[in-house]
Amino acid sequence: MVLRSLKSCLWLSCVLRTPKACFWSTASGGLIIQSVSNDVYQNLAVEDWIHDHMDLEKQHVLFLWRNSPAVVIGRHQNPWQECNLRLLRQKNIKLARRRSGGGTVYHDLGNINLTFFTSRKKYERMENLKLVVKALKALRPQLDVHVTDRYDILLDRQYKISGTAAKLGRTSAYHHCTLLCNADKFVLSSVLKSPYKGLKSNATPSVPALVKNLFEEDPSLTSEMLLDAIAEEYAMQHQIDHHINLINPADETLLPGISNKTKELQTWEWVYGKTPKFSVSTCLNMAYKDSVLDVKVNMDVKHGRIEVCNIDLPEQWLPPGLYSELVKSLTGSKFCPNETTTLVTTLLGVCPQDHELHSRWSLLCENMVMLM
Amino acid sequence: VCIHRVRSCSSIRFIKSKYMCVFDKSALKFSHQQRLFRTSAVSCGQIVQFKLSDIGEGITEVTVKEWYIKEGDSVSQFDSICEVQSDKASVTITSRYDGVIRKLHYSIDDIAFVGKPLVDIEIDASKGVAPEEDVVETPPMSHEEHTHQEIKGHKTLATPAVRRLAMENNIKLSEVVGTGKDNRILKEDILNYLAKQTGAILPPSPKAEIVPPLRKTETVPAAPKDKARKIPVPVSRPIAFSGKDKTEPVTGFQKAMVKTMSAALKIPHFGYCDEIDLTQLVQLREELKPLAELRGVKLSFMPFFIKAASLGLLQYPILNASLDENCQNVTYKASHNIGVAMDTEQGLIVPNVKNVQVCSVFDIAVELNRLQSLGSAGQLGTSDLTGGTFTLSNIGTIGGTYAKPVILPPEVAIGALGKIQVLPRFNGKGEVFKAQIMNVSWSADHRIIDGATMARFSNLWKSYLENPASMLLDLK
Repeated sequence: MVLRSLKSCLWLSCVLRTPKACFWSTASGGLIIQSVSNDVYQNLAVEDWIHDHMDLEKQHVLFLWRNSPAVVIGRHQNPWQECNLRLLRQKNIKLARRRSGGGTVYHDLGNINLTFFTSRKKYERMENLKLVVKALKALRPQLDVHVTDRYDILLDRQYKISGTAAKLGRTSAYHHCTLLCNADKFVLSSVLKSPYKGLKSNATPSVPALVKNLFEEDPSLTSEMLLDAIAEEYAMQHQIDHHINLINPADETLLPGISNKTKELQTWEWVYGKTPKFSVSTCLNMAYKDSVLDVKVNMDVKHGRIEVCNIDLPEQWLPPGLYSELVKSLTGSKFCPNETTTLVTTLLGVCPQDHELHSRWSLLCENMVMLM
Repeated sequence: VCIHRVRSCSSIRFIKSKYMCVFDKSALKFSHQQRLFRTSAVSCGQIVQFKLSDIGEGITEVTVKEWYIKEGDSVSQFDSICEVQSDKASVTITSRYDGVIRKLHYSIDDIAFVGKPLVDIEIDASKGVAPEEDVVETPPMSHEEHTHQEIKGHKTLATPAVRRLAMENNIKLSEVVGTGKDNRILKEDILNYLAKQTGAILPPSPKAEIVPPLRKTETVPAAPKDKARKIPVPVSRPIAFSGKDKTEPVTGFQKAMVKTMSAALKIPHFGYCDEIDLTQLVQLREELKPLAELRGVKLSFMPFFIKAASLGLLQYPILNASLDENCQNVTYKASHNIGVAMDTEQGLIVPNVKNVQVCSVFDIAVELNRLQSLGSAGQLGTSDLTGGTFTLSNIGTIGGTYAKPVILPPEVAIGALGKIQVLPRFNGKGEVFKAQIMNVSWSADHRIIDGATMARFSNLWKSYLENPASMLLDLK
């Protein structure tokens, strides 16, 4: 395996689709690249960039990447439904929304990601997955791996080791999939379990599956070996050089406009704001003094912001003026614990200084924040 | 009465039965019925039914997940219309035509069928677009060639970047003269076209430039130099400014600010400023910093400022009070919960250190570290953000000397600390020496606090900081 860094001018010329003779597009029909970054946003931005800017009519690309701990949800999913956001925040695990469809996955360095870029016409997921299986079998013939008709790869007929998703544009398409080598299954199962109750939405739900690492099946396997085997198989099938070209997703000269794409993927508007409309209908059990209050809460959340908010408090528990102030403040604000906390604490500052009132207010708000 | 949108047209077309001629909304006030109309006398925009094209892999139906446009919007060819999903694949459907969206055939979460109409687009009749083609493809190359666009029978060559630039500036490529190979339209051609249109000469946007490869270390210092190189000689490189005003609702943090500041407006503020010589404190902190680090804590100046403020409040408790709504009662708060204004990504937040009156300087430092890390992660809780009785704002970390801070209700006083500057001052012997000077600007509620009280508090606070050893005498 030879790792070679790219000649940026040649890369640039084929990228801008100028009529200049381009080494890559004339000499070979394929390109294998690997990211030097483990940042999920940077790597997703590379996918966007290739999808938007590269001419894939005459050329296919295989992109290899790995991320530090992150949860990646599909384009049309609801993060509150899919994962434990509180745990993510505590453990500093990133949350990203990709542009392809499909379900939620957990990434860490023990998981490898493969993206197959083709023209729209040449989009063919089964072929890609069969390529991966062929590479795995070439590496370890005894591995019992096969592709299902749901585009999963199963190990031993029961454990999911790979999930798939795809994005189709006007002229180009990509199919990407994960491959579990040695990921932390404990963290995976705990972050992918949502504690939020009462959510109703038409967002794409994930289908939970039993997973296993390839490393558990064969401890001699490493991520690097798997990446290399897949690259070799790809090179063979596309009759190209088995060179893995390293790219740096932060390189603006190589990938002009990439930093904007990276930034966009990190914005709240993209990660949370693109959640399809959903409603929260639940009951807060607030322990106050010697009793427990059951408070029904109903909220409609659109674009990640609270559109409608109803809190069924006992009468006069809070002064009516204050309650309506609370609802008015929450309406239109992000369904986000940080924002809600700021709003409610600010409101507290401008209302009467009553200890009883303050403790009720704080209790209610803490419970509300737990929903987010 | 029927009102048609009349367009001048080089040829009058017979509208075939496939198309509906729909009245635009202004016509409805005259006629409350929509009627299918077949006419040869007048031409109006053709309504074309844009069908959902083949997704591949034998897929026949998809779910509509998001519309990027709504009825009445104008679209250009290749603009994104909607996002559909099928079996883990998310597909962006783009428009085949330039025109106005007249009807969306599906709502969000509906199932859409391949080969069936997705949207109706009213096409500008003067463009003379060819009648409905079968969009379900095995498409020939010319339809999918993204660099070409069929306009009036001419193939216009332009790269996507150039096309985007044209689209952003509402330029029809057919009107631009291409000077590249095969009459290809280059970026310069668009710019020249714009220059003629607007007569404007504007500096280029850096994003449009392809910068020659630079090593990483060169990119940062090179930026100002690049800007100088990029400012063009007028006339040769004009680029249009396509910025638009953006209106968005006030929500979240901003809403909170609006609430607080509106309430603060009701408080009659008076200001008092002074200068503090921190030379001795700077030295003391240098000595104590490594000790604190050994204990795993970052020691800034704030813990000293906060503790000194608390000692001052013990002598002037009215500054740690609260005035009720009707200005009838003053509540002297027992706890000194001193707030520290923090600037985060989302905006200003003011968490407070509780009960400073019983905390050591080190305790305060520990607590500040905790609040700062939670603050930057956006994870501060309600208890951290409520209950403040007095606030210090260290605006000096960003810059500035004097400020006019706004009191945060229900408090009655606030101090803004400027940056520490090295300035020449005279000592007792009349000699000039290097002093570390910081300015403080206090604001207080003039309804219950008078100037003298504020001045005396400030002097006491100042004396503690100028001579840190004196704090030892009064520490509890």
